[in-house]
Parts: sequence; C-alpha cells; structure tokens
Amino acid sequence: MSLWKIAWRSIQQRALASVLTAFAMGLGVALVVSVLVIHGVVDQSFRRGAQGYDLIVGAKGESIQLVLNTVFHLGMAPENIPYSYYDELIEGRFSRAVETAIPVAMGHAYKTYPVIATVPDMFDRLKYMGDREYEFAEGRNFDVNQPFEAVIGSTVARKLKMKVGDTFRPTHPGEDITGDAEDESHEPITIVGILAHTGTPNDRAIFMNLEGFYHFDCHQGGPGTVRQYLKGKAGDSNTTKSDSAESHAKSEESKSDAAPGLPGIDAADDHDHESPPAKLDSHEHDDAEHDHAKSPDALAELSHDARDNPHGTHHHGPTPLADRKLSAVLVCTDSDNQALGMQLRSIINEENDAQAVAPTEIISQLFDGIIGNIQLILVILAVLVVVVAGIGILVSIYNSMSDRRHEIAVMRALGASRMMVGTIILLESILLSLGGGLFGLLLGHGLVGLLAPTIAEHTGVIVSAFQFQWNELILIPGLITLASLVGYVPAAVAYRTDVAKSLAANQ
Amino acid sequence: MLELKNVKKSFTEPDGGELPILDIEDFRLDAGEQMALVGRSGCGKSTLLYVISGISRPDSGKVQVGDWDITLFTEAECDRFRAEQIGYVFQTFNLLPGFTALENVMLGMRFAGGRVDPNRAKHLLERVGLGHRMTHRPTQLSVGEQQRVSVARGLANRPRLLLADEPTANVDAGHQQQVVDMLRDGCREENVALMVVTHTPEVARQFERIDNLEEFNRAVVIA
Ligand SMILES: Nc1ncnc2c1ncn2[C@@H]1O[C@H](COP(=O)(O)OP(=O)(O)OP(=O)(O)O)[C@@H](O)[C@H]1O
Ligand SMILES: [Mg+2]
Repeated sequence: MSLWKIAWRSIQQRALASVLTAFAMGLGVALVVSVLVIHGVVDQSFRRGAQGYDLIVGAKGESIQLVLNTVFHLGMAPENIPYSYYDELIEGRFSRAVETAIPVAMGHAYKTYPVIATVPDMFDRLKYMGDREYEFAEGRNFDVNQPFEAVIGSTVARKLKMKVGDTFRPTHPGEDITGDAEDESHEPITIVGILAHTGTPNDRAIFMNLEGFYHFDCHQGGPGTVRQYLKGKAGDSNTTKSDSAESHAKSEESKSDAAPGLPGIDAADDHDHESPPAKLDSHEHDDAEHDHAKSPDALAELSHDARDNPHGTHHHGPTPLADRKLSAVLVCTDSDNQALGMQLRSIINEENDAQAVAPTEIISQLFDGIIGNIQLILVILAVLVVVVAGIGILVSIYNSMSDRRHEIAVMRALGASRMMVGTIILLESILLSLGGGLFGLLLGHGLVGLLAPTIAEHTGVIVSAFQFQWNELILIPGLITLASLVGYVPAAVAYRTDVAKSLAANQ
Repeated sequence: MLELKNVKKSFTEPDGGELPILDIEDFRLDAGEQMALVGRSGCGKSTLLYVISGISRPDSGKVQVGDWDITLFTEAECDRFRAEQIGYVFQTFNLLPGFTALENVMLGMRFAGGRVDPNRAKHLLERVGLGHRMTHRPTQLSVGEQQRVSVARGLANRPRLLLADEPTANVDAGHQQQVVDMLRDGCREENVALMVVTHTPEVARQFERIDNLEEFNRAVVIA
C-alpha cells in the first residue's frame, strides 16, 4: 500500500471538499490551456499567411499596411506601383536576385471576400507555410490566356456555396460589398478551380487573372471608383507621365546619396536593356536605367521582349502597359544567394519608387509588440487563477488537519515517521492539483474542440481538441511545484503533530 | 524482554512549574508475559505506554526493549522500532476511517517497512472472527469489531510487545470478553508480551499479574 494510495484515500474521505478544490484548479488550468492554444492559433494564423515568399514589394508607405493588405487581405488597398516595377524584378536590373515574382492587384471584392488579381504562377510556383504546395480540391488553376477565369479559396467556396463553373462579377472598391451589387458592364468571371484548404488567409480570397482585371477595368464605366484602386490610371497617360516625372525628380534629389546598385546585376542586365545615354550627366547608371524603364516606350519594348521569350515568367495581355498598375509584387529571392536578396531589399528601399518588406519580420513585430503583450497578460491572469486555486487546496487541506490530528497520531503510533505523514499530506496536495489539472486539460481541450469550427471559420486555422501545445508540458512540473508549495503548510502541521497529545485528545 | 530503569518523566505546567508524572525505579516484563496495568485516572498509565513505545521520551532513565535501549534511538529509529516491535491498541478510533478493515491491518505492515503480506492480514482478521468483514470500513463496524480489527493490526508485524490502552472501555459489557479473549489468545499464539491498561476489574481479574501503577510510580502523590 503506497503512500500515494494512502493520500488518495484521504482525498476520498473528504470527497466534496476535494472535488471542489480540484475543480477550481481545473478551471484555472483550462484557462491556461485555452490561452495557450489560442495564442498558438493567433500566432500561426498570423505567421502562416506570409510564409512562402520573402519580400513584398509595394508602394512606399506604411509597411504594416502593405503586409496586412497583401498577406491578410485586410484594410484599404495600398497605393500602386507601376507594372514596370514587376518587369524590373523579373527581367530587369533586379532579376538576378529574384527567383519568383508574383504580381498582385487588389481592391476588388465579391460579397465581402477580396478578389485578388494575379497570375497562375501564384499557385504553380509559390508555396505556403514553408514548403507546402497549393493544391486544387476541384478544378484547375486559371489559364493565363483566359482573362475571365478565377479560382477561389476553400472558405469562399464553402461559404458562398460556389462551385467550378459558377460565374460572378466582382464589385469595385467603394461599392457596397455586402450587398449583391454586381457590375454588369464587364464579362462575368468563371470559377475554374477551388483551392484545397490551406489554413491561410488565402482560403478566404478569390484569385482572378490579372489580364481580366485590367480588361474590365479599362471598360469599366465609373472612373471615380476605378481611380481609388488604380490611382492615376483611368486611361490617362498624362498622369502616369507626371508620376514618372515626379519620381524622377525625387531620384534626382537623392542622387547625391549615390544609390547603390546590385553589384553585378547592372552589368548582367546591361545588354538586355540598351539604356540610352544618361540624360543626367552625373547620374548613376542605376538611376539612368531606372529612368529608362519608366518611360512608356521602354516598357512596351520590354514587354515585347518578354512575349518573345518562351521562358518568360510573366504574361501580358493587350492592355496598354501604361495602364497597368499593381498593388504589390510577392518576391521569392534567390535562395542560393541570400546576401543578394538582402541587397535587393535595401536597394528598393533606398530608392523612391517602392518599398520592399519582409512580411515575416513585420508580422513578428506586430505579434510580439501588441498581440504578444496581450497574450502575456492573459497568461499571467490564467496563472493567477491557478495559483488562487492552489491556495484553495492549501486552505482545504489545512482546515482538515484539525480533524485529522488523531488519524495522524494513530499512523505515527503504528510506526509511520514524521516524514511519512508529511509526505502523505504533500501527495494529497499534488494529487488534487494534478487531478484538477488533468480535468482542466480535458476541459480546456474540450473547449478548444467546441470552438474549433468558429476558429477555423474566422482565422482559417484548424485546431483540434487533441492538439497539444508543447508549452502545456510546463503545466505538469508547474502544478507539482505549486502543489508542493501549498501542500507544505499542512504537511508541516502533520510533521509537527504531537503524537501523545493527539492520541489523548480523542481518548 | 522489557526493562525500565529509573525512568522519570515530567511535564511543564502552564505556570512554568515542573509536574512529575512518572518516576519508576524498576519495571520488567518477560517475553510473552501478559499483565494488566491498573491505577487511578491520571496516575500516568498512558504516559508510561508512550514512554515504552518511544512515542514520548523520558527525561532520564533507561528503557530497554529486547537488546535495545530505545532512549538512545533517534526519533526516526524509534518510529521504525515501534513499527516493528510494538503493537498498539487504543481505547477508540484506532482505525483509519478511509480504509477497509483489511487495509487497516495492512497499513501496520506498510509502516513497518513495506513488506505487506495480505494473507497474514486476512488470517489475523479471521483469527479475530472478522473474516466476513474484511472490506468493511470502520464506520460500518461495531465498536467491538473495530477493537478486534485493532488487535489483528497490533499483531500484524509479529511484535515483541502489544500495548493496549483501555481497549474495552467503549465496548459494551457483552462484547468486552470477546475483545479480551482475542487479545490474550492472539498474543499467546504469537508469543507476544501483552500489557493491558484497564479500569474494569472483570478484565484485570483475568490476568495473573496485575500491577497498580500508583504503587510503583513514585511521582504519584497519594492523596
Ligand atoms: N502534555 C501534557 N502536559 C501536561 N500534563 C500532561 C500532559 N499529558 C498528560 N499530562 C498529565 O499527566 C498525567 C498522567 O496522564 P495519563 O494520560 O498518563 O493518565 P492515565 O493514567 O492514563 O489516566 P486515564 O486513566 O484517565 O487515562 C495527567 O495528570 C495529565 O494531566
Ligand atoms: Mg490513559
């Protein structure tokens, strides 16, 4: 008969008090578990979406906004960058540092779900959550040559009950996205594929062909709305020019900074683009070439090259290049040469046309800065609940000690040592804590299981009741430590029990 | 087997003065011997048993049990010695309420060092006529039955000496004899020395040796 069993019997003796104190402990532990699991969920759902590419290149401005918008499809669509920037990334002066670049144009929506215009490579070449490949639950990827094809995320398919072959008309920015307002002025988009569930924000998005996007934007009647997301477009090439001029001027201002180029990149690309003689004598080669890329003629020339190139990774439709704008470009830098990727980032950021942000960094900042702190407070509160429950166990056992003095004295008379009776009390405290803790674990995970559908719906993160966080393991030594601390007080009482007096007391 | 030499024990009174309780020059008990200890209430009978079993330490003197002077033991050694060599039966509430009759008997074995022999425990319970009550909890047993379980437990570790402090005081007259018989027969069979403290003349009368503590305890002020 082990001391554990003796302790367990004492617990059974005081069943009601034991159950109540263990239950309180269970609630505290369930709270800790929920906080930890939800922490994991939030963390994952935040970081997941951005894994799969290294940089987001977008218009200068708030980097957080760019990341929130590009990765999570949240908030206002950012300012645009000219399509030519994409060309620079895939075949221009930055191409040596770039492995894959995926252009995206955002701002449209369909029934609260964002419509993202992009290229099929989004799913053919990008991965998600590290190295997972996008798969299609139904249908196929959209065809680059079919402007009005789209694929939808798994949540969209489920929520809107859309299937392959269905058509829809995206609404434009500023329109009532919750209603059924559909723009009849352009061709409907046909769904050709449904993405398999990814657990990323992309489950809640619709992806259409960039070509179609430009297409219906050109024919779109209401220019006011168009301007909101394709700023300065609306078929007015003057705007583009003035944009160019403006950025040119900015370049000139900063030229004294001697914007560094990617060593070797310039040289390598030199023959690809015959840069005209620098208009500005003292100009860096870089700036000159940049200038060149900005001019619509040069762009047309570039795009021509690309179409002739069978290995080209980007595809152009008939839309005039000057009218093309992008919200962002998702970039995988050359994984074999990370230094080059770093350089690419700093060069883009030093220049005035765009910014390059590493989404994982921004997300980590966001997470650690704001969400991490809230999380910490929640964990502290939950741990406090556990500590209070532990004190409850202390009080309960301590109160029982006066009734048990005689019992303890009998054990001592039978030859149990002070250490033994003290240990029995300590074990009681540990059993109550661990028992309550186990109940709390089950309760917590049960709650997580109950909440799983809601969590999946809102965050795309799939949690299961049986998904244990590694840091839950801390609970076991944590509870034992707590139980030992709170059990110490009544154990000391048992240890000090005066046998002769206590035996006499009940005689 | 048991020998007390010049054992003195006093308590500190609430006012700070010394209150002598025991002052015994010489007290002996042979192996397997059975005796009744009588004496007025408050003359120190229970205290004497505590001193013999090592629960209380005498202020001075020697308590020899078998080959050992237990006053030289550390407390832990005393505990171990008590578990192995002394059986104890109290007046009431002998049993631990959370455990069955059988478990209560085995608890005694557990504290003696771990080798728990359920068969011996069962045998002892059958011996005291409780073979059909083994899985009963103390609350489900009569006081007489509880006392018999205590007797079985007291014998469980084959002690040298069984101390019984008024074992029949709470048992009705009809069942007193039963308990006394169990004690005496059990001790005789196992060759255990027996010391029974009692206020009941019918119980004391059954023993060949009846010691009155008042007579050999010099601390008792005869009023
Ligand atoms: N811890 C103590 N502090 C002070 N005095 C004590 C203490 N324990 C016992 N006494 C006193 O010692 C005396 C002997 O007590 P003890 O219990 O040995 O008597 P007893 O002979 O067993 O009496 P009874 O027959 O009533 O059980 C009593 O007068 C008691 O008041
Ligand atoms: Mg007494």
